[in-house]
Amino acid sequence: MPPPNTDSAIEVSGLHKSFGKVHALRGIDFTVPRGSVLGMLGPNGAGKTTAVRVLTTLLHPDSGRVVIEGYDVVRDAAAVRRRIGLAGQATAIQLELTGRENLEIMGRLSHMPRSTVKGRAAELLERFEIADAADRPAKTYSGGMQRRLDLAASLIAEPSVLFLDEPTTGLDPHGRLGMWAIIRELVGRGTTLLLTTQYLDEADELANTIVVVDRGQVIASGTPDQLKDQVGGDLLEFTVPDRTKLDDALRAVAGLSATSPTVETDAKRIKVPVGSGGSTALVDAVRRLDAAGVATEDLALHRPSLDDVFLAVTGHAAEVEPDGAAKGRKTPAAGVAS
Amino acid sequence: MTAIAEPVDARLRPSAAQNARWAISDALVITRRNLLVWMRVPAYLVFTVVQPVIFVLLFRYVFGGAIAAPGSGGYVSYLMPGIIGQTAAFATFATAIALAQEAKKGVIDRFRAMPMARSAVLAGRLIADSIRMLIVVLVIVAVGYAVGFRFQNGVVGAVGMVLLAEAFGVTVCAVSAFIGLAIKDEESVQAFGLIWLFPLTFVSSAFVPIATMPSWLQGFANNQPVTLVINAMRSMALGGPAFPLNPSLWESVLWLAGVLVVFVPLAVWSYRRVG
Repeated sequence: MPPPNTDSAIEVSGLHKSFGKVHALRGIDFTVPRGSVLGMLGPNGAGKTTAVRVLTTLLHPDSGRVVIEGYDVVRDAAAVRRRIGLAGQATAIQLELTGRENLEIMGRLSHMPRSTVKGRAAELLERFEIADAADRPAKTYSGGMQRRLDLAASLIAEPSVLFLDEPTTGLDPHGRLGMWAIIRELVGRGTTLLLTTQYLDEADELANTIVVVDRGQVIASGTPDQLKDQVGGDLLEFTVPDRTKLDDALRAVAGLSATSPTVETDAKRIKVPVGSGGSTALVDAVRRLDAAGVATEDLALHRPSLDDVFLAVTGHAAEVEPDGAAKGRKTPAAGVAS
Repeated sequence: MTAIAEPVDARLRPSAAQNARWAISDALVITRRNLLVWMRVPAYLVFTVVQPVIFVLLFRYVFGGAIAAPGSGGYVSYLMPGIIGQTAAFATFATAIALAQEAKKGVIDRFRAMPMARSAVLAGRLIADSIRMLIVVLVIVAVGYAVGFRFQNGVVGAVGMVLLAEAFGVTVCAVSAFIGLAIKDEESVQAFGLIWLFPLTFVSSAFVPIATMPSWLQGFANNQPVTLVINAMRSMALGGPAFPLNPSLWESVLWLAGVLVVFVPLAVWSYRRVG
């Protein structure tokens, strides 16, 4: 029987989970279309790992519903487990065993036929550039290789939905780029992916959709561009060395966007929020300023990073939270979700 | 729970027979994996085999001269069943450590998110550890023979003694599995995993006749399960009451069954809530 008809690989609604007095998840909702990548972004203790544990059948939710490929994670946990792969934060491979042994054991435990397992393990070892070290104990591998082996282990049964909990935490920049390339390739093959990360550039780089999670709630969501627009989009900035020309410059760029420019008179600096039309606005600004006869310095387009988004949304959340929640925040960071 | 799911076709659910076949095959895959790990780590081999050999030599030649043993064959005959029982019990330390490591490293999480049988991790651990235990027990018997020990009650008695040592070891294994999964922290398990076994094995009839202990200790030593197990092993190895009638054999079997009934469910429960 094909899975119940749905275009979403992951549907999460109203998810709550508490550990004693710690409310790790306080009403999470999102959906992930088939074949797309959801980046779950949040600081330590935000509830990311708890969410992944509920989605992968490891924890029962207190309330709410999670459906993976049409199957409920509580009622049809066994069916869910046949369709998912999980690579957690720690490298869950057996270091005393070789890379090949690790993969073959995972394949056998996924109930793949013995003959299929060998070929599949060899293919993954090749693809993840572990083939040369395939018959050496995994403890002789570099950190990046161990992570790749760990990821390969979660892929042995060709899951259609993959969960990666902070896949690049602890890797050096080289290992990180390697992991990104592998993840992109996986997605290219049609795997639905949910990845959690504390790294904003990582979510920006890999995800189609981002949900920003803080203290067990989704505080913002959208495509990376939409999130950037939420903090005002691109910002055009320049300095006018000749103070007497500030007013001319202001008049010249006033028509660039619907939002009015701001002037820092002392610094002789002008800032123009230009939404998502950054490049066009930049060219336009140069032309207009030139026509007005205004010389400028340091003319630059500042694109907001997800850091700006994150600070904007979490900063806001921190202000409206009562004291109790701020205290509660330390506890999940230590014990629940990290 | 407010979850309501779409109806799932019954054909997708594997039959009970298929599930049972997978449970066995999964447990054997885990067994093989655990034995491979054991053989790859020299430190485990040394700890599990060399340490009990040192105990044999220490008690046989250092303390042995000072201990007057009842029965025939001298102290070495008295000692060997005791040290075999103690070896089986101490071997389960590795059970607790391995499970704590697996819980901490996320290995158990990964297994639990896979379609494998829920029982396989614990079953495979118990099977692998009882195989390991059997190898160690046989090594100790061989070392015992080299230092003067002899079975005096025939092959059936000797096999019976080894089987009871195994049953005892598996029972302690279940307790250790629970300890490892409940504590989950390797360092704490290192500190705590053996401590509870010291009073149980040493304040028993394993190494010295209980009659030589102060009277306040004798009450505990005479009635605790390790003494019953060791006494039964000793009478099987050396002769004594014919063993269908041996009271300590039946008492120890009841004890072991009781401990298993309590601790197997506890270990399963702590496995489910790991993480």
